[in-house]
This record gives sequence, structure tokens and C-alpha cells, in this order.
Amino acid sequence: MPRITVTVDGIQYEEEVEPRLLLVHFLRDRLGKTGTPIGCDTTNCGACTVMLDGKSVKSCSVLAVQADGCDVLTIEGLAGADGQWHPMQTAFHEEHALQCGFCTPGMIMSAIDLLAENPDPSEEAIREGLEGNLCRCTGYCNIVRAVRRGAQAMSGQSAAANQEVPAS
Amino acid sequence: MIPAAFDYVRPQTLEEAAMALAEAGEDAKVLAGGQSLLPLLRLRLSYPSSLVDVGRLSELHGVRDEGDHVFIGAATTHYDVVHSPVVQAECPLVAMATATVADPQVRHRGTFGGSLAHADPAGDLPAVAVALDCAFVARSASGGEREIPASEFFVDYLEPALRADEILVGVKVPKLGPGWGYHYEKFHRTAQSWAIVGVAAAVRRSNGSIEEARIGLTNMGPTPVRASAVEEALRGTPITVPVPGGGNGGPDPIRDACGEAAAGTSPPADLHAQPDYRRHLARVLTHRAVLSAARA
Amino acid sequence: MTEVGRARRRKEDARLVTGRTRWTDNIQMPGMLYVAFLRSPMAHARITRVDTSAARGRPGVVAVYSGRDFAAEQGSLPCAWPVSEDVVIPDHPPMAVSEVRYVGEAVACVVATDRYKAADALDAIEVDYEPLPAVLDMREALTEDSPKVHESGNKAFTWTFSGGDIDAAFTGAPVVVEREYVQQRLIPTAMEPRAVVASTDGETFTIYSATQIPHVLRVMLAVTTGIPEHKLRVIAPDVGGGFGSKLQVTAEEVLTLLITRRLGKPVKWTESRSEGNLTVHHGRDQIQRISVAAERDGRLRGIKVDLLADMGAYLMLVTPGVPLLGAFMYNGIYKMDAYHFACTGVFTTKMPTDAYRGAGRPEATYALERVMDELAAELGMDPMEIRRRNWIRHEEFPYTTIAGLTYDSGNYEAATDRAMTLFGYDKLRAEQADRRERRDPVQLGIGISTYTEMCGLAPSRVLGSLAYGAGGWEHANVRMLPTGKVEVVTGSSPHGQGHVTAWSQIAADALGVPFEDVSVIHGDTAIATKGMDTYGSRSLVVGGMAVLQACEKVKEKARQVAAHMLEASADDVEFDQGSFRVRGTGAAKTIQEIAFAVFAAHDLPDGFEPRLDADATFDPENFSFPHGTHLCAIEVDTETGQSRIRSYVAVDDVGKVVNPLIVEGQVHGGLAQGIAQALYEEAVYDSEGNLLTTTMADYLIPSAADLPDFVTDRTETPATSNPLGVKGVGEAGTIASTPAVVNAIVDALRPHGVHDVRMPCTPERIWRTLQSVNGGAA
Repeated sequence: MPRITVTVDGIQYEEEVEPRLLLVHFLRDRLGKTGTPIGCDTTNCGACTVMLDGKSVKSCSVLAVQADGCDVLTIEGLAGADGQWHPMQTAFHEEHALQCGFCTPGMIMSAIDLLAENPDPSEEAIREGLEGNLCRCTGYCNIVRAVRRGAQAMSGQSAAANQEVPAS
Repeated sequence: MIPAAFDYVRPQTLEEAAMALAEAGEDAKVLAGGQSLLPLLRLRLSYPSSLVDVGRLSELHGVRDEGDHVFIGAATTHYDVVHSPVVQAECPLVAMATATVADPQVRHRGTFGGSLAHADPAGDLPAVAVALDCAFVARSASGGEREIPASEFFVDYLEPALRADEILVGVKVPKLGPGWGYHYEKFHRTAQSWAIVGVAAAVRRSNGSIEEARIGLTNMGPTPVRASAVEEALRGTPITVPVPGGGNGGPDPIRDACGEAAAGTSPPADLHAQPDYRRHLARVLTHRAVLSAARA
Repeated sequence: MTEVGRARRRKEDARLVTGRTRWTDNIQMPGMLYVAFLRSPMAHARITRVDTSAARGRPGVVAVYSGRDFAAEQGSLPCAWPVSEDVVIPDHPPMAVSEVRYVGEAVACVVATDRYKAADALDAIEVDYEPLPAVLDMREALTEDSPKVHESGNKAFTWTFSGGDIDAAFTGAPVVVEREYVQQRLIPTAMEPRAVVASTDGETFTIYSATQIPHVLRVMLAVTTGIPEHKLRVIAPDVGGGFGSKLQVTAEEVLTLLITRRLGKPVKWTESRSEGNLTVHHGRDQIQRISVAAERDGRLRGIKVDLLADMGAYLMLVTPGVPLLGAFMYNGIYKMDAYHFACTGVFTTKMPTDAYRGAGRPEATYALERVMDELAAELGMDPMEIRRRNWIRHEEFPYTTIAGLTYDSGNYEAATDRAMTLFGYDKLRAEQADRRERRDPVQLGIGISTYTEMCGLAPSRVLGSLAYGAGGWEHANVRMLPTGKVEVVTGSSPHGQGHVTAWSQIAADALGVPFEDVSVIHGDTAIATKGMDTYGSRSLVVGGMAVLQACEKVKEKARQVAAHMLEASADDVEFDQGSFRVRGTGAAKTIQEIAFAVFAAHDLPDGFEPRLDADATFDPENFSFPHGTHLCAIEVDTETGQSRIRSYVAVDDVGKVVNPLIVEGQVHGGLAQGIAQALYEEAVYDSEGNLLTTTMADYLIPSAADLPDFVTDRTETPATSNPLGVKGVGEAGTIASTPAVVNAIVDALRPHGVHDVRMPCTPERIWRTLQSVNGGAA
């Protein structure tokens, strides 16, 4: 059985895995990282979205062996060490962008990835950027609002960070 | 759902990979990004004995300007293709079509070569490859390297002209040079669903007329289709600006030329559309794609 | 500050946005085993042989069972709604023993040490089938020579209902419009697939299930399996959406429990999406024949409805009751002289249908609102005008409809006026005229839906009269803890709605305690001991009322103690914002002080039990009737058939609002599902009875990129049937939006001679419709 080394939410794991083990099952069943759920088997719903080396992927369509040597960030690793939520988590809460919450981990990860590409997206860009994540509860309006709010908070944050750098 | 068991190897070089694939035998499959393969494995529609993971081979990655063509490594992700300045500048049609493939997460993992080698006529890239006359570079342990023209690469539904021991190394996309306009028109029911019909159009303009056109059709048969009759009919056609909101009455040579779009196609009947509707769409969408490309 | 009415952010969110969730599939227990089901690939067949021997030898396999193994103990899956005298409720074994009647029916299962090994061993089970003819079309199924789904035949029941003299209404009517509409089959598609975990200590059983109905499930599992009710505990942990699909007693729940009983080990089953599309009960699937008789001025004389409802292969929990929930709604908000409804339930060899968001009422509203547009067209009248002429005016409430329901309150004029303003109705009509004039290939359509619904299910007496097997009450227990904090235990079991937040708001106001000091407990039959669970937009209207009543009882108890402590008469003690004050003096005790005093019990009134808690069970006297006006503008590309919603305005009146944020969210989500029925979704079976839409690649759920932003607003006409004044909001958006969208599409195409497009209105259907009416000259 292949042996893989994967860093998940800042912790390095070394595990033997069957080649066919899906990354999402590795996270959920092996590591107990149940924050990332599974909603389909055809790469459609996006509920299982995590960051793999900084890019959003659907962890139900990645083999654990393919993640060997990689860094995985899940919804459980988003908050700071002090428990401080990521601005996107706060934005989802503030805008009531979740109901049952099953799609939420994937939706938040995709939203963060979307902003990495485009820090100030239009409504249309947000809607298109989230085309890989399905939600059955919210009708998406509040998700779009949350992503905008998260974008504002994050740009405010990075502006603040920039200000802390002394002018040269 | 859960895939059936298989063996897995991750060779370090292309040469090793070719050897591994040859050794693994007929039932082995090449794994790159896995975005087409993994759903098939999970639904147990495919039972490979082993997977040869070429996803990390440096020889298969990246985009290079090679003079008269652009070489796109087979394992280059859709994301990297879309963001490549070389692709954007030299083969914008590839960038346009690739940007419509699936969704952002899939584009992060899925690869240019993987998508083409899957040879799904509903995929967005095969039509582009035939429209642009791309060349496919394949390598095997026994036969070395060979080039397969796009016109021969798509043999049948999900059947590329790759032998069981061959690995797709990359694709050469010819540079068409100045004067060309491009458009990929995708018609689908929801943002993430497959194209019911897609049209990849490249049009060279000169003095207000179409001098040359290249048109590939998505999902109009078991393989991507080159709309040669339309290309022929468009040659020398004046690019007229239609009257806004009307103009159905007057002569419209581009529309007339695009009326041939469905000629010689054998579009599938499936859940999402019947053949006659696909033929109709091919005509309408080819017209739209050509107009957009002509005005780009 | 008053909590009710505030846009409180949800208490539920913290663990959902951080991944500290408790989905059923998250549960792991020592020694846990995993079940995988082998399912029938045949729509209808006799099972002639099941050979499990090879599978038994596979690695990790603990047991392999076929239907025969369970035959003696599995009972029959229950139908709790025997709607009529003539209803046929066929035996419904959780695992098929001798015959399968739909693709996906469980025929065998593997129990293994992990889910991968369980899936592998399924491949080694051999089943021989002797094919029987599939029965797929309802009308053919009712013919004499149709093959039979069950020996008793294909008719499940007939049910009729009348108000007024329908013959008189139609005889000599100046205008009669008759139409047939098809409610396509839908797959509810909650984002969380179903999952079940069962465990036992050898004597008692605990079952975790992604269910909407832990309480009903407990009763039904006891009845079905013979495990005594008091040895059975049902827990609904976090549940990821339901929309009716988890209002069910499923084969998998029964079988997982039976396997645990056999093996004495914890057992888990988790559904895959493609398995779920096959075997989660489906929704809708009706053929509606509707006739309307009217005067030339548009006034309605009567409506006749003849319904065929596809039951699928068996009657599940409330399968036959779904069309009945619509039976009282085909008159909608309109006045008329007569109404007649007839329904035939039909068996086919498909997955059984059952409740899906709105259950019966979306179907009724669709047919009615579609036919109102047709009548308007027939009379050359603006579709809004014909509605105005017929609807119940606000001063006429309470109003008893021709279907016998008494609408307690409503104001259709106000909601409509607000919607028309937000929508810019006249301007859009002008643009429509312009596009028609220019023969623009992209036409604009405007769709109206002025709906009401009956929800807040339900008065127990009414349910009894409709032959439903249980009541419609809800229960709450409210207890003050020694430190002044409050626990609310509710029988209503949420799966995304936000009960914890809303109930906290109600209790905070009623007891005068901070919102933060209230916790809400639910979804475990050992803790929330009584309940009727969550469906039919009933939670707030019934369950919220139970919370309020329990709080009032607690407050009255506290008043007794306060009076005792303050040495005053209870009549002189008034309650205000958490404090009991002796009228006319400064003497006061906070409810928290009283809570501790009761806990200490040192000095209580004589005979006062040292507990500050109360139970309440609320049984509503009437349904509630939310209503609203929805307007949809849609662009239709007549060349391709593609449609695009340009704007959507929803003005809903759900009575008093406890939390506007939650209400708006419910409306948004409801709209998305209703629009999805109009445009995207359909469960398709082929001519052999195979489901073609088994994955999300084929059953199309809209994404953010496929839906517009919605403009929502509210008018507020409090319900008079409950002290909270609330009406319920879970289903309203879904009920209203489907006809608004299809009316808009038909409106866009009406000049082409189109008077209907079958749902879902796919580009191809729209194109074909245009082809059929004008030979393709769009």
C-alpha cells in the first residue's frame, strides 16, 4: 500500500492508503476531519471542496495518493489559532448565507478561492465563480451577498496589513 | 460511491511512465488530473487494473511558444492554460473554450491533455482541436514519439487514437497569425452542465469580408465535427452588421452559409436534446459564433 | 428590547461555518460495521434466485442478507394516510423478497468492516430475475388490459370533494376553459444524502438518522419491527435539508436497525447521491385536468379538477395524502360558486412519490394560476385584472371558501400593489409591446402568481376527518435552570430552518431573559420526548406556539413564587421585561432570582413543587394561510428556446415575523426550488422503467450562475388563528414561483400561438412548442 505524507490544516500526517481511497474519505474516515462532507459522486455539488496546495478542488474526485506531499486546507483549518473566524466565515453568518449548512464548507472554500483570483468581484463574477457549488436551501442570494461582504472585509484586512508595513 | 480496487504507480519520468504503462497491460489507464476518470471509477463504469499517474511529470507540464505553434503539455491544468499569457496571445480560442470547461475546482485539477484524451465529443476542447488542426504528441515505450493530427485523433465516442501503451505528451496548437477573430459559443442548460451543442469559431477577416473560417462543433456526433461546408460557404462572405432587433427579411449571407452547419453530422439523442434540435442549434449557434468571431 | 421581529443572526451557524458538524455519516463507533445495498436493475420482475455465497467469502464481509433472510421480521413499510374507503395499501417489504417493483428497490445487502469492502462484495451477489412488464404511464395503467403492479390492480384509491353546484356553474357558462397540465416527477435532492446509524447494548436500540421526523419514526419503527417503543431511541443529529424527502420511514432505516439487532454491533449506512436519486421518495408527478367556467366579465363560476396522481410502486408514509393537501387549494384566493375535485391514485413501477416542498399545494396553485392566465387570454383581459375581479377582498376576511376552509386573514390588494410597484409592471409591459412590435427574436414575458396556501399542519381533528393516522399538535417543554438560564425542548425537529434561533427569540420575549440565555434542544426522542416533527410549514405556527404557551405557564408559576417572596397577592404582581413587580411599589424580583429560589426551595408557597418548568402541547384550531404576489419577467430567445429570468419580485404575507432574516432566506430558497421545477428539473424514466437521471449531471439543480437575484418584500397581515399571529413560510416560495415562471414563458410566446409549455420548460421544449404552433417560423 502506498505511503503518503499529507499536511492537513497544519498537521502533517503519514499514512498508508489504498490507491483507490478518495481524499475526502481519507479526511473524514481516517483523520476524523468530518467538517468536509460528501454530497454527490459526479463532481457536481462541490460540498467536499478543500484547498489543495492553495487551490480549490473537489476532494471526492482526488485520490488520497494524488495528495501525497501536498498541503490540504479544510473548513476546520480556516479559523486562526486563536479561534478567530476567517472573514468569509463571519460573512456567511452575518448575511444568513446558510440554512442546513451542508454545502457551506465547500461554498466557503470556493468563495475564498474566488477572491484570491478576483478580490473585488461583481455579482455576476461571484455567481459564475460559484458554479461548481450547489446549494438547495438558500437560493444563493445571501451567499452572493456574503461573498461580497467577505471581499470587503478581506480587502479591509489586507489594507490594514499594508498599513502596518512601514513606508520605505 | 466507491471505486473498485486498482494498482497505482507514480513514475518519476516520462520514460518510466511509458515503461510502466506498457508493463501494466491493456486494462491500465493513465491518470492525470482525474476529473473525467474519477467519477467513472466511482460510479463503477470503469474498472482499470492499474493507474499510471502522470500528473506530476515535468515533461507534461507547461506551455511553450515553439515558433509556428504553441505546445501545451498534456498535464497542464485548465487553470494554467486559461492563465497562460502565451495561450491568451497566440491561441485565444483555446483559452476561451477552456474557461468554459466544468467549474473552477475542476479546472484546477483537470488537465488539457486529459480532457482531450478522454475524447468526449461533449467536451469543449475537442472541437477547438479539430478547428485549429492541432497535432497530438504521443509517446510509448515501444514506438517512441509520434504526432497524430487532430483530424485523426478522435476515432469514436470516448476513443482517441492512442494505443493502450501510449501517453499523450502534449498538443501543438498552430498559431494562426494576425487578422483572426475567435469565439466559443457554448449552449447548455445549467452553468455546470455539458454543452448540448458548442461551436468553436475562428474567422480571418480582410476588407470587411471573411477570408477564411475554421469551425469545430461540440456534441454533434460521436467525435468532434469540423464544419467544412460552412467554412467553404463563408469564404469571401461580407461581414454585414445586422439591423438591431430585426433584419430577418434582408439578405444575410453569413446566416445562409451557417445553414450548412449540421450537414454531415450525426448528433446524439440523449436526455438533454434530440438530434433535430441539436442540428437546429448548430445552425443558429454557428451563425452567432461566426458573427462574434468576425467582430472580435 | 423585543426579540420577536429582530433579524437575529443564527445560533446554529457557528458549528456549521467551522465544520464542527454532527451529520449522521460523521458518527464512528468502536466495532462499527457498514452496510451496502444491492438494488434491483429491473423495474418489475420476479426474484427467482439470490446467491450470496460468493459475497460472504469476500474480505471484510461479516454478513450478506437477501429479502428472504428478513422476511419473518421486516414487516411492511407504513402508510399513515389511508385516504379513502377504497384505498389499497399493498404490502411493502423493506427488502424485496419475491418481486421487485421499481429500479432501485433493495434486494440484498452486504455488511462489512468498512464501506469500501461492503461496496466490493455487492459485485459478488448473484440475483436472477424473471422480468415482468413495467407499468409506466398512468392512463395506460388504468386500462383493462394493463399489466398489474400489484395483484389488486393499478388503482390505489379514488377521492372526490365538492362545494356548491358544479353542474349549475358550468351549464350555460359564457366561457369555459379547459386545460391539462403535467406536474413532472421531481427528486427532492436535499444536499445531505440520507444516512442511518443503529447501535444496541443488547436490549435497547439507538438509531441516528438524517430524518425530519424522529418522533414519528420511533413509533413507526416500533410498529414495523416489533421492537418495543420504550426500547427504541431515535436521534436526528444535524440534518442537511429535507424538503419533505426525509419525512419518511425508509427501508434503509428499518433494515439497518434489523441488522444491528442480528449482529449486536453498530451499523452504518450512507447513501450515495446516485443511490439517492433512485430511492429517496420522489415528488409531484400528477396529470391535472382543470376546467374553469366564467362570466364574460371574468367572474369565476366554478372550477373542476380531475387529477391522476402517480403513487409509484407502493404507498409510503403519506403518499396518497399528498394530492389531498392540494384538494382544498384549487380555488386559491378566488371566490366562485362551485368547485369539484376528483383524484385517482395510480400505481406504476417507479419509485414511490411522497411529500416534496409544498406537497399538493404547489400542484394546485400551478394549475389554478396557469388557467387564470388562460382565461384572461381567452377574454382578452390583463391577467392581473382578472385576478383582481375574483379575489377575496381584504374587508371580506374571515372568509369561508368554496372548498370549506376559513381563511382567517389576508390582504391580496396590498401585496399585489407592493409587488407591482417593485416590479415596474407597466414599464415591462411597454417593453414587451415594443419587442413584439419589432419582432425581436428575444421576446419578453411577464408572469403573475397570486397565491395562497394552507399550512401550519394541522388541526388534529381535521387530520382525523381526512383519515390521517396521527395528530397535528406540537409539544414544548421550557425550564428555568437554577442560574436563570433557559432550556427549551421542542418536538419540532429542524434541518436547516433555524428553530434554535427563532425559539430563543420567542422564549426570550416571553420570559424576559436575554436571547443568549436560551438554549434549544431537539431531535432526540430520549430528551425531546414528545413531538410531531417538521413538515408542512408547521414548526413556527404549531411548535413555536407550544414554546410560547410553555413559557406562559412557567411565567405563571414564577408569578406565584414572586408573590410569595414579595408578600403580595399574585394578582398584584405584574411582569415586565423579566421582573415581577408589585403594582404601585418598587418591590421586585427578577425571574432569575425566582429560578434560584425555586431551586433552593427554602421558602416556596405551600404545595408548590420545586421546579420552574412547564410542558405545553399546542393543537391549532385552523390552518394558516400565507399569501402573496409574485411577478416574473423572463426573456425567451425564440431562435434557441433559451429562457433567462430578468427580474423576479416576491411580496409575501406570512403574518407576523419572528426573524426577518430567516423568513427572507426561506423565501429565497423556496423560489429557487419552484423556479427549478419550472425550468430545470425532471426525473426521467425510460421505456423500460430505468431512471435516467441518477446523477447530478443529469438531474439538473440550478447553481448560483443559473438564478437571478430576487427582490423580496413583505406585507404583514397577522394570522388571527394563533396568538403569535404567524402563518409559516417554508413552502410559500416554492408554491408561488413555479406558475409565475411558466406564466411568463407562455406570456412571451402567446403572440406565436403558444398557450402552454410543459415543465420543465427546457430550451428544447420551448423550441419544439414554437415549431408545433407555427411550423418553425419563430
